[in-house]
Amino acid sequence: MSVLTSHLRNYTAAPVCHDIPINGQLLGLHDSGVLWWPDENTLVVSDLHLEKASSYARRGVMLPPYDTGATLEKLAGVMDAFDPARVICLGDSFHDAKGSDRLPAPYRAMLTTLQLGREWIWVTGNHDPVAPVRLCGETVDEVSFGPLTFRHEPIEKIGSQETLGEICGHLHPAARVRRFGRSIRRSCFATDGTRLVLPAFGALTGGLNVTDEAYSMIFRRRQFSVFLLGNDRLFPFTASRLVGD
Amino acid sequence: MDAAHLPDRFQSWFASRGWTPRAHQLQLIDHLSQGHSTLLIAPTGAGKTLAGFLPSLVELERQGKRKPGAAGRGIHTLYISPLKALAVDIARNLEAPVTEMDLPVRLETRTGDTPSHKRQRQKLNPPDILLTTPEQIALLLSDPASERLFASLRTVILDELHALVTSKRGDLLALGLARLRRLAPGLRTIGLSATVAEPDDLRAYLVDQPDTDERALAHLVQVSGGAQPDITILDSEERLPWSGHSSRYAIGDIYGLIKKHNVSLLFVNTRSQAEMVFQELWRINDETLPIALHHGSLDVGQRRKVEAAMAAGSLRAVVATSSLDMGIDWGDIDLVINIGAPKGASRLAQRIGRANHRMDEPSRAVLVPANRFEVLECQAALSASRRGEQDTPPLRNGALDVLAQHLLGLACADPLDALATYEEIRSSQTYRYLDWEIFEKVLDFVATGGYALKTYEQYAKLRKGKDGLWRIAHPKIAQQYRLNVGTIVEAPMLKVRLVKSKADGRRTPVGRGGRMLGEIEEYFIEQLAPGDTFLFGGEVLRFEAIRESEAYVSRAKTDNPMIPSYMGGKFPLSTYLAASVRAMLADPESWKELPDQVRDWLEIQREKSVLPRKDGLLVETFPRANKHYMVCYPFEGRLAHQTLGMLLTKRLERMGAQPMGFVANDYALAVWGLRDLSSLFSSGRISLDELFEQDILGDDLDAWLAESSLMKRTFRNCAVIAGLIERRHPGQEKTGRQVTVSSDLIYDVLRAHEPDHILLKATWNDAAEGLLDISRLGELLARIKGRITHTGLSHVSPLAVPILLEIGKEPVYGEAMDAILEEAAQELVLEALE
Repeated sequence: MSVLTSHLRNYTAAPVCHDIPINGQLLGLHDSGVLWWPDENTLVVSDLHLEKASSYARRGVMLPPYDTGATLEKLAGVMDAFDPARVICLGDSFHDAKGSDRLPAPYRAMLTTLQLGREWIWVTGNHDPVAPVRLCGETVDEVSFGPLTFRHEPIEKIGSQETLGEICGHLHPAARVRRFGRSIRRSCFATDGTRLVLPAFGALTGGLNVTDEAYSMIFRRRQFSVFLLGNDRLFPFTASRLVGD
Repeated sequence: MDAAHLPDRFQSWFASRGWTPRAHQLQLIDHLSQGHSTLLIAPTGAGKTLAGFLPSLVELERQGKRKPGAAGRGIHTLYISPLKALAVDIARNLEAPVTEMDLPVRLETRTGDTPSHKRQRQKLNPPDILLTTPEQIALLLSDPASERLFASLRTVILDELHALVTSKRGDLLALGLARLRRLAPGLRTIGLSATVAEPDDLRAYLVDQPDTDERALAHLVQVSGGAQPDITILDSEERLPWSGHSSRYAIGDIYGLIKKHNVSLLFVNTRSQAEMVFQELWRINDETLPIALHHGSLDVGQRRKVEAAMAAGSLRAVVATSSLDMGIDWGDIDLVINIGAPKGASRLAQRIGRANHRMDEPSRAVLVPANRFEVLECQAALSASRRGEQDTPPLRNGALDVLAQHLLGLACADPLDALATYEEIRSSQTYRYLDWEIFEKVLDFVATGGYALKTYEQYAKLRKGKDGLWRIAHPKIAQQYRLNVGTIVEAPMLKVRLVKSKADGRRTPVGRGGRMLGEIEEYFIEQLAPGDTFLFGGEVLRFEAIRESEAYVSRAKTDNPMIPSYMGGKFPLSTYLAASVRAMLADPESWKELPDQVRDWLEIQREKSVLPRKDGLLVETFPRANKHYMVCYPFEGRLAHQTLGMLLTKRLERMGAQPMGFVANDYALAVWGLRDLSSLFSSGRISLDELFEQDILGDDLDAWLAESSLMKRTFRNCAVIAGLIERRHPGQEKTGRQVTVSSDLIYDVLRAHEPDHILLKATWNDAAEGLLDISRLGELLARIKGRITHTGLSHVSPLAVPILLEIGKEPVYGEAMDAILEEAAQELVLEALE
């Protein structure tokens, strides 16, 4: 697959991450949208939404059936670059509960290859509350390693002990920056130093602006930072510099 | 036909009004009675609409009354108008003769506003004459009852045909007509049109086309004349601006004209201009003349009020965009003031036709150019008007997204036979060159999305039966179709609601529940930060916040708003006027008619640099404030220039010239960078012939399109029309925006994995004619080949001043998105270090 090899080429150099501390752990944010935890040799990816297009097709909306392939190819590139011992998929890995059942054979094989020789954890999400079928890996509702807890939906509390070291997805954070009368909107990581929200990784996943009400349940207003995904680096901004949609 | 052959009732009706039937009205009755479709071209005030209906009224009179208890008749005549307001207006006007002659005719309207019980009844018990819109025709044709409903249809009247055929609505209608002809053999069509450049295009549109290269034409009835309009260009004492579109300098003159006339209609090109002119007029309106504002984003209720006041004669002036261009009679307008550039000769003629509805008196119009180039454009339009020249665009090739929508509609009505449908579609002039392969692809798209990867067979919307006919898989598909029908895809709009400012009391949340002011494009609001001010509905508003699908605004205390840069109504300069302007520039003899200021400007240009030649391209280079500029003058319209600017900067970058940005207007294009372009060109290190080589439309264009937001917007429109993504309907927004799949993401995935997909082809076709104007760019590159003149200057030339003044006003292109982010991030770092 030519697209696959081009991704490999992009990631053969040691991946450069933007390092930030969360609850005492040094974590690397990568411009592909994945999280790298070097001490644990762990890669975290959120909201793959595999088989999203086919989920729509069932209702007569024939979106291009290439999203699963595109997402998996991108993931394969990242896996090749980091070579993690453990992978955590932070929920909504499939767009609906039947998604893993629909997964076409070539993609199933591709995913299985990625899982070979690795500890693989499926965290359940609101789109995929059940364990995926005919795939390896352990399925959990949430999981903790050391001071970090991995779950799909953030707990809607601020400054609580429960949310310290929370790594989550679900919200699909995106941010808009305005400059020279033009505005640019990108997916992003969002963090206040105590917890971290990952961007959605899937090819057909949109984003929810971090100025939306939903984020006021988890961050103090304007007291958080975002890291916008650029072409080969991340762009940090404080929330006060951002505009709504 | 002799008037004496008219039925008695008609003769005495004409006589009772002191009229005699006009020659063209009788001719039309004649042609129709012989079964001929006919195009009627007539100026406003010639009794065009009555002419269109007379043949049907005469026929229906002869049929006599319906017998009680007899089987219902089907529809005899369809009247189709581009505006539902026009359909309603015409129905009202037609009631008078029908009642006065006591004709056995029932006429009804059917629009999006018609209540569903009435629509249901119309299907069971149809009227003799139905007045409606292209969308309603599509809906009716998707109904299993359509065959019965239209079996006895005799006549279709297409009003404002010149306006209909230039858009995708015209494509939809062309497909509808092809189906109507099959349902009602012997059907006759009548086209009513203003004067156009190529009447034969419209004549061909009206009739069945043969399966050969010959073109079948409808009969033509042309009413010549009307009095020559009396057009002048405003001769202002004020200094003519170098650039900009505000016409602020002439506001005093415009107000003076309004005072001297009974009712003036002021046309502008964009909504932002409308807002500005309206506000400026009221600023100096010492006599508090009733002056109103009318444009497409105002609340419907407010627009209706303005229209009613206009019809009642209680206004002295209305500032309007093209929302008022068409059709409906606005009473006694005695002056049209066209502010800004006319952009096209025919456009101007149609606008001027709004003044004075009696065809034997001249319409009076004043053109107000907003800047020096626009003076040239106004002069060119004026000469065109005197010679009666037209520059309406040529007939379109039918769009594929519209075809997709139509095919689904047909399948909803009846099982679809692919080959028969293909032949039917090719009988329309608009789609006669459609390939079978493309048709199959479109059908495949409708059925399963048309992807090379065949994974959606199980979810197919259309299935081919054993009999070879295509049927919808489920009745829900028909429901889906009905919600998506139509070709007008509005940019996503937000309602504008007036609330109390939160700046008043800091801690209170934004107030709720104020008055609704109208609607505004989402992408415009996206550019605003809370606190920014803009003009809307004649008021300066302060943007507060977005809540769901509403933009909250408050009354601002400033007089100096940031004016909304709505795109609405920005037409590019017509090819015809562009050529006239080029010819005028190249011929100093013709400058005599120009104002002194403009003539001086051109004289100095001739002295300091050179004049652009009629068929060549002038390229000037000069240094200015540490940068080097290249300005060229293609006169091909803003859209084509923007595309060219994007491609030139890419190519210059590859040639090592380090371009930094560009700006484009309707007449010129300026590119600037850090390296000395004069010496790069004159030393031959960069060849201008190579730079403007036609192959620039190959790979460079392709690479750029991947990122172009214009292309993505075009794709979105095609995807909605073709039915790939569903329209957003009012009330659905509440489910949250992240739920809808972004069409940008779909575009990216499709482009990466199936670049030959039929929907990308449809998008490309649209872009070539529309937002990117690639077809016109191609013509330009061919025209200037080997005719490029380069002049190296020591400083800016007179002709270049206007475009340089646009820098900073128009968005500057050519900066990579990441570079902007980088700089914004960098600024933050500096802030932190201070």
